[in-house]
Amino acid sequence: MGKALSGIKTRNYLDKSGKALGKIPKFAEDRSTLKDLYRLMNLIRIFDKKVVSLQRTGKMGTFATSLGQEGVSVGIGHALQKDDIFVPYYRDQGILYQRRVKLIEIMQYWGGDERGSRYVYNREDLPISIPIATQLVHAVGVAYAVKLRKQERAVLSTCGDGGTSEGDFYIALNGAGTWNLPLVFVINNNQWAISVPRAIQTKADTLAQKAVAAGIDSIQVDGNDVIAVRQVVSEALAKARSGGGPTLIEALTYRLGDHTTADDASRYVDKSDLDKAWALEPIIRLQSYLTKKRILSKKEEKQILETCKEEVDQAVAEYLALSPQPPEAIFDYQYANMPSALQEQKDELNYSLHPY
Amino acid sequence: MKEITLIEAVNQALMYEMARDENVVVLGEDVGVNGGVFRATVGLSEKFGPERVIDTPLSEALISGMSVGMSVQGLKPVAEFQFMGFTYPGFDQIINHASRMRNRTRGRLSCPIVYRAPYGAGIHAPEHHSESTEALYSHIPGLRVVIPSSPARAYGLLLAAIRDPDPVVFLEPKRIYRLFKQQVPDTGEALPLDQCFVLREGKDITLVTWGAMIHETMQVAEKLEEEGIEAEIIDVATIKPIDMDTILNSVHKTGRCVIIHEAARNCGVGAEIAAQIAEKGLMSLLAPVQRVSGYDIVVPLLQLEKYYMPSVERILGHVHHIMEYA
Ligand SMILES: Cc1ncc(C[n+]2csc(CCOP(=O)(O)OP(=O)(O)O)c2C)c(N)n1
Ligand SMILES: [Mg+2]
Repeated sequence: MGKALSGIKTRNYLDKSGKALGKIPKFAEDRSTLKDLYRLMNLIRIFDKKVVSLQRTGKMGTFATSLGQEGVSVGIGHALQKDDIFVPYYRDQGILYQRRVKLIEIMQYWGGDERGSRYVYNREDLPISIPIATQLVHAVGVAYAVKLRKQERAVLSTCGDGGTSEGDFYIALNGAGTWNLPLVFVINNNQWAISVPRAIQTKADTLAQKAVAAGIDSIQVDGNDVIAVRQVVSEALAKARSGGGPTLIEALTYRLGDHTTADDASRYVDKSDLDKAWALEPIIRLQSYLTKKRILSKKEEKQILETCKEEVDQAVAEYLALSPQPPEAIFDYQYANMPSALQEQKDELNYSLHPY
Repeated sequence: MKEITLIEAVNQALMYEMARDENVVVLGEDVGVNGGVFRATVGLSEKFGPERVIDTPLSEALISGMSVGMSVQGLKPVAEFQFMGFTYPGFDQIINHASRMRNRTRGRLSCPIVYRAPYGAGIHAPEHHSESTEALYSHIPGLRVVIPSSPARAYGLLLAAIRDPDPVVFLEPKRIYRLFKQQVPDTGEALPLDQCFVLREGKDITLVTWGAMIHETMQVAEKLEEEGIEAEIIDVATIKPIDMDTILNSVHKTGRCVIIHEAARNCGVGAEIAAQIAEKGLMSLLAPVQRVSGYDIVVPLLQLEKYYMPSVERILGHVHHIMEYA
């Protein structure tokens, strides 16, 4: 690895065993907030697991879980405010859920139904972006619009560690700096881009330091410490809203599952590395803290898990009961006004489906 | 001899050529330890080492641009893009440099690169994973665009592509990666790059197609045979530069032509073929040329993608239509 760049700080509040390292942030003094973070991480883990099982039984397309990275997405989602704008990548269900994207919408998207990107509540957020790092550049434009209109809102966009190698990543950092935009980038550094380990992506010691050349602030955060993620992202968002400019946050975590359901990580992930990473995962971390502090009783914990499971089961049942869009819907959203040539093709499809 | 799938044939060709020519290098995302997301490069890293089988950082611009640099140095890069929809960050280097280097330097430098990418729909993949944009590349002077449709042709055409002195965009129809197996002798024998393949002879109608659509087109020919119609099937294989002679000879014989492709219709490769038939074969025609293609829409997500694909029924409908012309 290259030389560590001095000045890149790493933030965490809980140590590996879930003990507070010092003073915890103000928001984390609220017991119900902490319990909520705990619930959300569990909800996402249960949801992910359920979606994978749907995929295995042919009721779902390819899906990317956030196993092990729930601290990152839940922390970010919790820090965002309603009026902020979110520009996601594809491993963000913990954020999407808190943006009030419904679980059923997330399942629809991965299940191959475009209606999953309609987003009933968070109308200004962008849909999941699969072409790596492209979304970061959109976020620059969104943030520019916010700034142009002098709104007090922040924009947040995410990508993976692999995403930081794309040209679009550098382009976005540079643009954010050029106009001092109200923009927060968060890298979910889960150490893998499919089978390619973080070390092959770059010789740079941290991904956070890539911000230096763009002239913008950056920081690393322990992504398995949801309190730290929540705090660091909140600070960056507040700075963005008040005109302080962009921030790049590198959240350090580990992908405990396969890249997607189409992948088999056992081909390339060392079992002992995986075992080590499991010991650091975010849910146990927070749970230890909550238990030590007597914030969470065994009974409450059980209750939380049960309600999460019920919520997921309910959403899955609704998803399975959905009927697909009518076939001709494939034509209906290409243009605001249907060109006549396309209408002809639509008629052709309709005729082939209902010849009489 | 063991029968192999199309994807295994790609692997076999890479193995053969890397062993034969030490200038051949393979690069891309996940091509090393993982052997490629579709397993095209399995075993290469073990055999030829990570210096010749290169796991790159996640950047298609890096993959396509560094291939230009490698190739002008005499290496023969075989670059893998994970999906056709992810070739676009690498587009600039292919269009502005790989395709033009020979011309710009009056032949002093050239780019014998193979850009491989799986393409096409029908495997229930996520968004952006189902594109068929071969026409984009076919439009570019200086490029060859090659699409195999069987294990044997994948093997022979890939060898030809690697040995070709100019850049080749080699698109692999992933829907038929594992659909059927064939014996493919590992003789290192390349197939011609500038020729269509006549897969079936017939005197009544010419069906022109390529890639995964070969599969549906063959089924159409079988149905037509039951009706007493003899269809000739042409696998274009090399989309650019296209072997119009084979197509025109066939149309001259049959007087009827249906072009079938999965890509959207507007300005698709079918338009080029139809235009050339109009220019050079109009007097042979007994009926208008037809295109059966994907619609001019974004490839739908998996639930509705089957309505996008040209089905056997849709192709048959067009064939019946033009058979009615006397
Ligand atoms: C432009 C582009 N190239 C390739 C891919 C295929 N692909 C999907 S995910 C992925 C790895 C991404 O790794 P990383 O950025 O670390 O995110 P992670 O999946 O680990 O969260 C690749 C190569 C893609 N989606 N887009
Ligand atoms: Mg990653």
